[in-house]
Amino acid sequence: MLTKRIIPCLDIKDGKTVKGVQFENLRDAGDPVDLAARYAKTGADELVFLDISATEEKRKTLAKLVERVAATINIPFTVGGGVSSVEDASNLLYHGADKVAINSAAVKRPALIDELASSFGNQCVVVAIDAKQMEGVWKVHLVGGKRPTSRSLFEWAQEAEQRGAGELLFTSMNHDGTKNGFANDALAELSERVNIPVIASGGAGNIVQFKEAFTIGKADAALAASVFHFNEIDILKLKQTLQEEGIPMRI
Amino acid sequence: MSTVAIIDYGAGNIRSIQFALERLGTTGLVTSNASEIAASNHVIFPGVGAAGKAMEKLQASKLDLLIPKLTQPVLGICLGMQLLCRSSEENTTKGLDIFSEDVTRFSTDVKIPHMGWNTITELRSPLFEDVREEAYVYMVHSYYVPKNSQTIAITDYGLAYAAAIQKDNFFGVQFHPEKSGEAGAQVLQNFLAL
Repeated sequence: MLTKRIIPCLDIKDGKTVKGVQFENLRDAGDPVDLAARYAKTGADELVFLDISATEEKRKTLAKLVERVAATINIPFTVGGGVSSVEDASNLLYHGADKVAINSAAVKRPALIDELASSFGNQCVVVAIDAKQMEGVWKVHLVGGKRPTSRSLFEWAQEAEQRGAGELLFTSMNHDGTKNGFANDALAELSERVNIPVIASGGAGNIVQFKEAFTIGKADAALAASVFHFNEIDILKLKQTLQEEGIPMRI
Repeated sequence: MSTVAIIDYGAGNIRSIQFALERLGTTGLVTSNASEIAASNHVIFPGVGAAGKAMEKLQASKLDLLIPKLTQPVLGICLGMQLLCRSSEENTTKGLDIFSEDVTRFSTDVKIPHMGWNTITELRSPLFEDVREEAYVYMVHSYYVPKNSQTIAITDYGLAYAAAIQKDNFFGVQFHPEKSGEAGAQVLQNFLAL
């Protein structure tokens, strides 16, 4: 049986792992390669690396870091941050990334999704969406959540799927960093509207909330950062508990 | 010295396979050179991406003619496995026809792509020596090889399909052994021991 996935996310800035609250107040959380190795050993199903400084600073990729990670771990990982062309993606994949995540660049130029899908296949293309619920409507935001757009989360998600996204990584900016649980209602609606896997992101604080992301939010995977980086939740314990609760897990 | 060629035709996460081999103490030679490929002891035929473009690239470098003639152990991974088959529904592509199967798209009863960790069962091949039944492996694909007489492992995703196939010296695995933790490393090690 296909299992649900637990995905630690490493936000990278200037080569270090950082974590902020609602995209602000970044804290240093250690060497990304060390963390990646630790997570791979302790049961993480997949890893996501987001170079959160890449888009705004117009930096391209962290190819060297990607290569160090790929040399160390034997589970899949996605890399994102500043990917805006087939060349950017090709560079990351060449250095060992399994998938690339695109965010702002895809909103600005949706054809990027088609280009990546036709070059590398849908399964390589993760469309990351940062959205915030404003007056009842989920609005897509750009540049690490700093700039609101007029696009709705659900409409953009469906367009991304049609253009060839293989997976959606939805971060609720209302929930990110709060530890109050995932945006389960929005997640459930996303899962109904698209037929590609959905990764829940933003709001993980305890084990029950992970369970709810799968049961109520119908997510295929749940992503979190600080609860793992700061050892608040042990991944193996999390997965064992979820399995006991009837959520299929790779243990 | 034993050599492992990794066929480079511009489609595939080749670096990951190289790293996986390095973790097993072996070096993979990434090459599109026909004589280097033919002279190696083992050949890995990777593939990530779309079948149509991948086949075009193989044809452009005439590797489509070389691969079926190889006599050493050949391991097709993911799209590499699918291209060893007769055809693929993806871009209506004609394959290398080593396996007379037609690669088919999953029905929309399930989420596509099939992405994540799933189990392999009914393991029957030296490729799976010391790999346990129901071991978890990492899958990322939208098309599958139907169950057939050359199936050596099965996975269930809406239906039971071939997670691995074998015919003579040709092996194909739908999962990514280079990304499938310890079980995947064991499969690669078994392949190198063939």
